[in-house]
Amino acid sequence: MNTIIEYLRDRLNTVIKTCYGILALVLAYSLYVDKSHAHTWVEQNVPFFWSLFGFGAAAIIIGVAYWYGHSGIMARKDFYDEESKSCCGCSGAKHESSCEQA
Amino acid sequence: MTSSFIHPALILLIGALILPFIRGPLRKPYLFLVPLLAMAAVVSNTALSGVHGVYQFMDWQLEFGRVDRLSTIFALIMGLMAIIGTLYGLHVDNAKEHIAAWFYVAGSLGTIYSGDYLSLFLFWEMMAFASTFLIWFRRDKGSLAAGYRYLIIHTIGGIILLAGIMLRYQAVGDIAFDLMDVAHPELYTWLIMIGFGLNAAIVPLHSWLPDAYSEASFNGSVFMCAFTTKTAVYTLARGFAGFDILVVLGVIMALYGVIYAVMENDIRKLLAWSIVSQVGYMVAGVGIGTELAINGASAHAVAHILYKGLLFMGTGSVLYMTGKSKFTELGGLYKKMPATMFFTIIGCLSISAAPFFAAFVSKSMIISAGFESHLNWAAWLLMFGATGTFMYNGLKLPYFLFFGKNNCSEETWEKAGDPTWNMQMAMTAGAALCIIVGSAPGLLYSLLPYPVNYHPYDGYHIAETLQILGFAALAFFFLKKYLVPEDKICLDMDWFYRRGGRLFLWIAKHPIQWFDTAWGEAYRVVGLGPLMTISRFWSWFDWHGIDGVVDGIARCVRAIGGRVRVLQSGQIQYTIYFTATFAAVVLISYILFQLA
Repeated sequence: MNTIIEYLRDRLNTVIKTCYGILALVLAYSLYVDKSHAHTWVEQNVPFFWSLFGFGAAAIIIGVAYWYGHSGIMARKDFYDEESKSCCGCSGAKHESSCEQA
Repeated sequence: MTSSFIHPALILLIGALILPFIRGPLRKPYLFLVPLLAMAAVVSNTALSGVHGVYQFMDWQLEFGRVDRLSTIFALIMGLMAIIGTLYGLHVDNAKEHIAAWFYVAGSLGTIYSGDYLSLFLFWEMMAFASTFLIWFRRDKGSLAAGYRYLIIHTIGGIILLAGIMLRYQAVGDIAFDLMDVAHPELYTWLIMIGFGLNAAIVPLHSWLPDAYSEASFNGSVFMCAFTTKTAVYTLARGFAGFDILVVLGVIMALYGVIYAVMENDIRKLLAWSIVSQVGYMVAGVGIGTELAINGASAHAVAHILYKGLLFMGTGSVLYMTGKSKFTELGGLYKKMPATMFFTIIGCLSISAAPFFAAFVSKSMIISAGFESHLNWAAWLLMFGATGTFMYNGLKLPYFLFFGKNNCSEETWEKAGDPTWNMQMAMTAGAALCIIVGSAPGLLYSLLPYPVNYHPYDGYHIAETLQILGFAALAFFFLKKYLVPEDKICLDMDWFYRRGGRLFLWIAKHPIQWFDTAWGEAYRVVGLGPLMTISRFWSWFDWHGIDGVVDGIARCVRAIGGRVRVLQSGQIQYTIYFTATFAAVVLISYILFQLA
């Protein structure tokens, strides 16, 4: 398996172009397929609807997660350790050992 | 037990109690045999229907074996997962870990087969307590603290559930566990729903899940990812089908889990967030409540247990081999762990609902049920969440773990490699089942609670899925620099109860401790003096009053004894003399009395 992966990595541009080709085929297939089973109007009448939905949803999720994470939700990994140290009356590195003993 | 019902939980419990005595070469065959027997019991129970194992306890009728299509499908997947999970941890020499896991599974199976709230509560709590040990058995500082947090949260959930059960008993007069009147919810309806919902990780009662599952032992999390939340989904499907609020909560779970999974740096915590998201689909399905939706929730529970178990086995293998679980300490592992990568990618495709993989045949049932019930907003948001699932689980996880930048230290890289044969066997079984369920859903559909009239493999569904997956992958390709994991933690609802714990400690250390000190001083000054005076009085009274009376009686008895002692010289002639004299006096007195 490693050989196959190395082979593909060595030809990354070809792999990317092949993927674009596959996406084009998917788009073409979406035009051809019977949409009578679709649940809503937009699915039936907007061409490439699910392609747009997939790209848009993924982009929105990435954007929202990035914004949300960097708005203060992502904290340093010792966030709770520091909180518990300050809680038990210790602060700073010099009290670390006494905190651990406690 | 009545009839031929065999309770699989009983097999696991007895098996767990005997396990410490099975040592040496017999240990591994025994470990494999017990869950196999439990699964055989579940399979044999599928031939039954109705209520079995009925016992009268005081005024209540306990039903340990309610067998119907809903309990059967959940029992089957739990039994199957017990086998796979035990196989995965077969090389673990610590019997206590297997005992905890089997008690945990027994709790789940017991809950599923319970027909009344009392036996359900018993098994429910067994599940909570046994699973805590699966966290503690990782034996590090983080897992110890996470285990305590897990235990406290589940104890609170258990108390809420018990309060609901008691209120319901007071109102209704029985303990039968059946579908609630969700159109007219009472206080007890909400309490029982919250009790079940906490185990299903309903937002905002979910924080215990990513906290605990990421800290559990490598094989403990394989069990944990399957049983607690899906048993809760079963109880919700049994008791709360059609409860509208569950649709809203399910959709929130599906989206909330996605955002946190996208931000997450720890591979197992990412999967734990993914559970929150995926269980959201099941909860929403239960809330929709139609036959298609309940079928979808049940099918997705089965598929989810298979692919999530596989994913936790894959990431557990990485943890087991390297000792690391963060993207920022891993990467590029395809060279060292090709088999693990292969199985993990099958799990990733399965959770992403790719055609021919497990979730393709289950997730769409719930979304279709949403559209068919005219809950379009819910169905659209669940589709949105499904795109996110592919984003973090189908792309981010395998890319940054196996292909992306290599962040491994020299030591980590040295340790990396595919795991033991039994772990690979378990992953093979999980991967095969994911593909079988996804490619030939007929068997799964035949086990669902209601008749199935759903065909996932039509051209439109395949085109829809390929478009979503393909173009979400394109977005990932362009925007992946915004997804590069950072060595940080994500603050969540647990911040509140951790702050709550901190506040509790502050209150204990400051106002309560101050009050305790002040009270002690006041007691010493105000209370102790009078108390000593009273004590001295009672001491005097005791000495001169009570002791005087008691001692006086004693002295009196001693004086009489001294006099009488003269009569008891021990010589027989004196005794005869006194006795005869006394008898003569009595006799003469009697004669004189008669003559008079």
